[in-house]
Amino acid sequence: MPIQYYIYLSLALFSIGIVGVLVRRNAIIVFMCIELMLNAVNLLLVAFSKMHYNMAHLTNAETTVGTEGQLFVFFIMVVAAAEVSVGLAIIVMMFRNIHSVDVNFLNRLKN
Amino acid sequence: MNAIIFSALLGVVMMFSGILTTNKQAIKNIALVCLTLLLVANLANHYEWYSIKIDTKQMFSFGKYGYFFNTIAITATLLYVFVSGDDIVKVGSYGAEYFALIFFVLCGVTILSSYNNLLMLFLGIEIMTIPLYILTGSDKKNLHSNEAALKYFLMGAFSTGIMLMGIALLYGSSGSFGIESIVNNTSITLMKVPILEVIGLMFVFVSMLFKVSAAPFHFWTPDVYDGAPSVFTSFMATIVKSAGFIALITLFANKSEELGKLWNILLVIVIIATLLVGNITAVFQQSVKRMLAYSSIAQAGFMLFALYSRNEIARDGILLYTTAYSLATIGTFAILIKMEDHSLDGYNGLAKSQPLLAATQTIFLFSLAGIPLTAGFFAKYFMLASVIRTGGNAAIYLVIIGVLFAAVSLYYYFKVIQAMYFKEGNAATTKITPSFKFALLLLAFLIILFGVMPDALLGLFYF
Repeated sequence: MPIQYYIYLSLALFSIGIVGVLVRRNAIIVFMCIELMLNAVNLLLVAFSKMHYNMAHLTNAETTVGTEGQLFVFFIMVVAAAEVSVGLAIIVMMFRNIHSVDVNFLNRLKN
Repeated sequence: MNAIIFSALLGVVMMFSGILTTNKQAIKNIALVCLTLLLVANLANHYEWYSIKIDTKQMFSFGKYGYFFNTIAITATLLYVFVSGDDIVKVGSYGAEYFALIFFVLCGVTILSSYNNLLMLFLGIEIMTIPLYILTGSDKKNLHSNEAALKYFLMGAFSTGIMLMGIALLYGSSGSFGIESIVNNTSITLMKVPILEVIGLMFVFVSMLFKVSAAPFHFWTPDVYDGAPSVFTSFMATIVKSAGFIALITLFANKSEELGKLWNILLVIVIIATLLVGNITAVFQQSVKRMLAYSSIAQAGFMLFALYSRNEIARDGILLYTTAYSLATIGTFAILIKMEDHSLDGYNGLAKSQPLLAATQTIFLFSLAGIPLTAGFFAKYFMLASVIRTGGNAAIYLVIIGVLFAAVSLYYYFKVIQAMYFKEGNAATTKITPSFKFALLLLAFLIILFGVMPDALLGLFYF
């Protein structure tokens, strides 16, 4: 498949994520949208990694170009997992105090 | 390199010390000892003594500049724990864990000071911010703290997502994550797609602006700084923010040519917007804590001057600026924590009840405003001089705007001084210990020292 398809798909997923973060009011859903953004990036990185490998493969059959793109994906997964654990802990802490996960709650500090 | 390894290890040591002892004073002392060890380990790197020699495969480029920034950041943390350590353990019942998290933040800071690869940039930013989300929400029963933590977390994760998209696009255009290779990569010029590269750099730039709270991406800062426990706001506003700037400058020092003329225009807009929003909004604040949050945005505007000029003076200047700004802000927050009332009226008549606190507070505010004979003056001077050095009409206008906003900042800093010295009232403070007074005097002394002889600090770097 041409690389453009991957780019369009991951940009579409990324945009859905951004719109979700900006529009939705439920903290958990906002959080899921952020994860969607990260996964769109993962897809794009893997696609680019494969693309660079194929390009380099034409001239050198034993090339390892493109490996680092897939390594990066593993790092993103690990960091995202760490972030999820902290983020869910914060959301649970908020839920214990106000019994809601509505982001509209985030307006008290303004005054 | 030592600093990266030791800060992670000492963080674990701090965590275990929480099991062995619950004595708050002991925990604070362990933290001070560990920070001193970390400082020694980092200084050892200056003198080419490595604990473990690792081939980092171009992931890092360790150099004197990064080590010197590490020294500044660790020393600032040491002073911070020295001044406010008693208040850190008082935030909740997990004193040792707070210090452990501070060590993990330092690990991220030391990664950011010498990264050479976008992977390390990403990891450094994440290692630095994830513990901060926890520290922001550490006052678990307080709704303001909860709100600040959630807001900081959502904004931080969102900007991380944007940064990752930028990194992915940069990778797509160049086939490598190295921060230099993008300019000189000739092996895959066939596939080079400049538009991807420019968009990618813009994404990374936007997300870094989020992290250093520059306008127009500053909106989370006042709320988060206001809601977080004051001791941790002090840490977030100083050491963490400086590390963000070092990362930003390292990244764009090599890349600005690719972005061309548009880049400078964009940067000028960001600088002016940051100075405008920070200074003008700070004028109207009634709470000193919130005023300091906006002033930290304004100071970020000044630090962005270094990104605009990108020359030798800017490189020296940003070190001096982070030092001056960190020392003064740590002191100001340390006094703020001791105040019963955080509003401006809470400072009324402080000079009568606590003359020493009022005097040192005045020095800190002078330094933040950039009055001569304090470190803040030379910090601002270096920033403006570096912009002048770039030449051109835009530079002159930028400097004039910078000076004008520095004058505006005098107004709101002097409101605090006016409240302390010229207004009637009895400012209530919590108990002030002699060691706290000594620590404040030490901070004030350092500020005056670097204000009289900025070479004392920069000389250390070239030594």
